Amino acid sequence: MDIRSREFQPRAVAALHDASLQQALDKARDGFVAKRAVQVAELSEFEALRETAKTLKDHVLDHLDHYLERYEAAVVAAGGQVHWARDDAEARRIILDICKRVDARTVTKGKSMVSEEIGLNTALIDAGLTVVETDLGEYIIQLAGEAPSHIIAPAVHKTREQVSDLFEKAHGGPRLTEIADLVDAARLALRERYFQADVGITGGNFLIAETGSSLIVTNEGNGDLTQTLARVHIVTAGIERVVPTLDDATLFLRLLARSATGQETETYTTLSTGPRRAGDLDGPEEYHVVLVDNGRSRMLAGPFRQMLRCIRCGACMNHCPVYGSIGGHAYGWVYPGPMGSVLTPLIKGLDAAYDLPNACTLNGRCASVCPVKIPLPDLLRRLRHEQFKQAITTLRRRRALAAWRLLATRPKLYHAFERLAARALAAIGGRAGRIRRLPGAGGWTEGRDLPAPPGRTFLERWQTERGQS
Amino acid sequence: MSSAREDILDAVRRAQGRGSRDAPTRATLDARITTPVRHLRPAFDEDLTARFIRKLESRSGTIARVDGRAGIPAAVEIFRSAHGLAPRAAVGAGLKDIDWPADWTIHHDRAGIAESLSVSPAFAGIAETGTLMLLASPESPTTHNFVPDNQVIILETTRILRHFEDAWAALRKRTGGMPRAVNLVSGPSRTADIEQTIQLGAHGPRRLHVVLVDSA
Ligand code: SF4
Repeated sequence: MDIRSREFQPRAVAALHDASLQQALDKARDGFVAKRAVQVAELSEFEALRETAKTLKDHVLDHLDHYLERYEAAVVAAGGQVHWARDDAEARRIILDICKRVDARTVTKGKSMVSEEIGLNTALIDAGLTVVETDLGEYIIQLAGEAPSHIIAPAVHKTREQVSDLFEKAHGGPRLTEIADLVDAARLALRERYFQADVGITGGNFLIAETGSSLIVTNEGNGDLTQTLARVHIVTAGIERVVPTLDDATLFLRLLARSATGQETETYTTLSTGPRRAGDLDGPEEYHVVLVDNGRSRMLAGPFRQMLRCIRCGACMNHCPVYGSIGGHAYGWVYPGPMGSVLTPLIKGLDAAYDLPNACTLNGRCASVCPVKIPLPDLLRRLRHEQFKQAITTLRRRRALAAWRLLATRPKLYHAFERLAARALAAIGGRAGRIRRLPGAGGWTEGRDLPAPPGRTFLERWQTERGQS
Repeated sequence: MSSAREDILDAVRRAQGRGSRDAPTRATLDARITTPVRHLRPAFDEDLTARFIRKLESRSGTIARVDGRAGIPAAVEIFRSAHGLAPRAAVGAGLKDIDWPADWTIHHDRAGIAESLSVSPAFAGIAETGTLMLLASPESPTTHNFVPDNQVIILETTRILRHFEDAWAALRKRTGGMPRAVNLVSGPSRTADIEQTIQLGAHGPRRLHVVLVDSA
């Protein structure tokens, strides 16, 4: 997928003025947060599990090469094939080659963020293949010609009216407006596709070294139909997805369902181990896993390795006030919200995603809900620092920061400036004590008033009050 | 040109400032794979069967309880006629021994696109979340679990285990190792992709009915 993160600011502004988007975001926000809260409250072990999950992921990352080798050996022993892709282009080539070799025409897909990351759909379509997204959310945005706006609810930005319009255009009338009818229409449209498919592509939430299995979780069952009915099953997964054992995967599953959709478990959890066996009546004839690096091994060195603990649950974006206001598309690439603001610059370059680490209030909610305890605000702060060091920060911002440093490191000057500012703002605020328009802060005062300070600085008041006591 | 595999593994090692792990470390890591670390599990003291039923029902599954395998056909027949389904079913060959009603059309092949009802045997039930574990084999084809609108699963009450980890332990003991597919099913298919509203029957079964068999 092409990156458009440089357009973050205009796209964020457009998102704030998009009435349908705001309506869709309003509906989504509270649902996710409330459902998760209920599940977390019901599991007294939740906090302890988070800590264990963090430690376990760190252990795996420390020994990632070994566990990948063990996983590969187990896949091969079960009759599957493992392919390694250094970057997105190599991953696309591997998958295209498999499709060509088996003479594929139709490819069905379960939800896979890695496939978005490597820009797979465009490559397959350019090669003349018919690509059918089967997750309902993905199907909706495929009809709309859009990218996912959320990592677990790709069409969360669409209202029901918009889905009705899309379906009417794609399937013909009559126009359906009930959710049940819309779901049924998609079910019907996709049914034959599953059976026609030559290749079925899914993601992999976890790769299990013990058994050589890939694991997916879905609620719809689309991933299972995709991988069971196609002649060839291809799994795409990042190299950080490997875990040692089934028991280890279980630890993460307990956290994943609660953090992602606010359920105790998703409806379907499926482990796939190799292709169809002798005597089997169904299942794919070939089973492939494409292990994608695409910047991950680079992340392993240094502070950003913590980001590789991410299990793609989406809780950080569900709890992010910035994401909640602008949705996922403004972020301009595959991964939105706090995790995307860290990942995008790391995978696509600090320059290409300049605004993302800065579009954060450092309120810390994301880190407090992250099931693997990734200190997202710290990582965002570090990215800002890196941008400054590499002189990617804009000149205007660099000057402002330089001016700030000049003040902040000279207490006398700072206090003098502060006294001046407090009095000036109080004067502007007038009797109402509110500032309607402030030069240089038009964006802030456009939608609300700035309460004016009382005319004396905190320090001045502190000194007076302490003097009194 | 070096292979992508070597490049990636090298990059992983270089990033950590080391080469391949030495033999003793590898042995320790391998032992961690063969003897899984026991993690904290959600504690509960509810009766396993009661919990299994409660959890499955909370996720829109339905349950019938019968005494002994002889009670299975009647229980499936009640479900079938209650939903007005044709007397036709894809039945896992693992349930060949059951005396299905004479007027039913039964087959033991995979489920085709027009299949409306399947009946398959579960390997285990997991009380923790009310989850069924099905193993792919000719006795229980995977298509039975996802293609038909109506899915009936037969589970022996004695096969209800406490946690997922207990089911893994049972799997490890089984001959033949890891099946091609292990399906953990916790209800009928559902989606919340349109306006966060839960709708059953997204792509997989619209109904999930479990026949719990107590040993007679
Ligand atoms: S960063 Fe944490 S909260 Fe966000 S998606 Fe990843 S695991 Fe979930």
